Amino acid sequence: MFDTLLHKRDFYAGGIMTLLGAGVTLNSMSYNTGTLMHMGPGMFPFILGVTLTFIGVLIFGTAIVTPLEPDEHILPRNKEWLGWFCILAGPVLFIIMGHFFGMAAATFFCVFVSALGDRQSTWKSSALLGLFITIPGCLLFSYVLQLPFPLFRWGF
Amino acid sequence: MISTALTDLWYGFGVALEPHNLMWCFIGVLVGNMVGVLPGMGPLATISILLPLTFGIKPVGAILMLSGVFYGAQYGGAICSILLNLPCHPPHAVTCLDGFPLTKKGRGGAALGITVISSFVGASWGITEMIFLSPVLVTVALKFGPAEICSLMLLGLLAGSTLARGSPLKGVAMTLCGLLLGIVGSDIETGTPRFTFGIPNLFDGVEIVAIALGLFGIAEFMKSVNQLSEVDTKYTNVKFKDLRPTKDELRRSWGAMFRGTIIGSLCALIPGTGPTIASFISYATEKKISKTPELFGTGMIEGVACPEASTHSSVQGDFIPTMSLGIPGDAVMALILGALMIQGIVPGPQLISEHPDIFWGLVASFWIGNIMLVVLNVPMIGLWVKLLTIPYRYLYPSALFFVCIGVYSTNNDMFQVGETIIIGLVGYLLLLLDFHPAPVLLGFVLGPRFEENFRRAMLISRGDALVFIKHPISAVFVGLCVLLIVGQIYVRLRPPKVLAENLPPVMAE
Repeated sequence: MFDTLLHKRDFYAGGIMTLLGAGVTLNSMSYNTGTLMHMGPGMFPFILGVTLTFIGVLIFGTAIVTPLEPDEHILPRNKEWLGWFCILAGPVLFIIMGHFFGMAAATFFCVFVSALGDRQSTWKSSALLGLFITIPGCLLFSYVLQLPFPLFRWGF
Repeated sequence: MISTALTDLWYGFGVALEPHNLMWCFIGVLVGNMVGVLPGMGPLATISILLPLTFGIKPVGAILMLSGVFYGAQYGGAICSILLNLPCHPPHAVTCLDGFPLTKKGRGGAALGITVISSFVGASWGITEMIFLSPVLVTVALKFGPAEICSLMLLGLLAGSTLARGSPLKGVAMTLCGLLLGIVGSDIETGTPRFTFGIPNLFDGVEIVAIALGLFGIAEFMKSVNQLSEVDTKYTNVKFKDLRPTKDELRRSWGAMFRGTIIGSLCALIPGTGPTIASFISYATEKKISKTPELFGTGMIEGVACPEASTHSSVQGDFIPTMSLGIPGDAVMALILGALMIQGIVPGPQLISEHPDIFWGLVASFWIGNIMLVVLNVPMIGLWVKLLTIPYRYLYPSALFFVCIGVYSTNNDMFQVGETIIIGLVGYLLLLLDFHPAPVLLGFVLGPRFEENFRRAMLISRGDALVFIKHPISAVFVGLCVLLIVGQIYVRLRPPKVLAENLPPVMAE
């Protein structure tokens, strides 16, 4: 019983929502709730938190009631760890490179690294795509739209 | 009433035909049409990427452009589903059923031609409806007090979260998450920072652009990376002259087109039932009243005409509650309202009288934009078909760059890029657990106004929570909410046969 429960999406979905709701409810108590007539800042979050907990418990309930579907998986069938990692790493590098070296480096590394996530792309094709986006992209944002973000900097 | 509407419309054309507004409208529909064709890019992601770029231009131009992306994408999406059998945009999933068999028979061009005609018919009806219905709604809505506004918003939120795709319970959970995200930041009345965890960058709240790009940009890319197969472009050789439907095809389509239009416009009035549901209902209806229902799915031109007409009439009709009541029906409308709010314009029934240039300019630009789309689509069909072959591996890294720079440019703050990454990751985990993130945006946009009106209503009623039932109009809205919940429970417990049988496989996803 408990074993099949661990394979259900609704088990986790309900659990997360219940926890989130409970957390919000507890946190909202630290603000002043006030009275119904003069509500303090804590009242509305408190109501939302209680409702979310309730909904979370209901979702959890559906996990217990419904039978396990034969092909129910939490993770999709093809696990694209590299793809997922690269898509998240691109924007992270955008922040780091942008902070230290400026827009040109940020753009190039964001596109280059996230492009590596595709199975068909190679180092060379990703680098080419990076260059292909960086040059017009920087021209557009730096010169046409005048974004206050230096193209090159040395920010240590 | 008709004469005032016509005068206002005339004024609107004056606004929409100003050169810069005309230019923004054109850019909007062009970009919209383009992303509609590209597999793997939706109007939501595109509107959120363009949103930061509109901060510098005037509100009218910004809204014309963003709306143009939305309805432009509907034109483009049809090309993708008819020629490639790829339902990249949910409203066009039904069009695939008969559109692709037509393509296989060599009548794909004619199907596209019919699509353009029925889209235009549907859109025109939706716009006319907006012209006459919005002022009526506004005169009613202006009499609303805080209690009425509050229960109307509750109805909008409930409908938006339970009638959309997926489990209604999860939809409500997502709406609540959106409302909670809307709370982050300083409290409007007392200035107490709430849920900021001591981070000063969060005192102004979470940025709508960060939420939209995290959920519909990064999370979507994570979902579709390496999942889209190479598109089969065997049938995509369509020329301008192929677009002409035969007399017989045209004759059979007219009826379907008008029925689709009416269904679409009815669906648009119920918040939460956007174009997707409208197209599905109209297809099912058309199949039901047809003399040869067994031929549907083998390339019936009616099966292309009616869902397309209803999609477009519903897309235009969606703007009615958004613009006249300030209550968005789906995530795209929530984003457009968000764009208005960023420009400093308060949405609600006073919008039409306070900013007639925005409302009537928008209405007029719909006509202009739709005509532009017909002009863009018909002679340039070859070019759009070429776009279909751009592989996803070039598309998403470029889009990620626009996501990063777009979020950065809202406040010139790297913190927000980080915010987007985290929202994207959480959004993807939620997608894996079968949550649909669209209601988050609804809750986020309506949240602050909902809380404000809730507090005000309770203050006026001296803390009496029954005020929502004591006011007659408000009681009707609350009654509708209850009806909605009861209806959902009923449908869950015993699904009606019609739905289970007619649900096309592509919709079950």
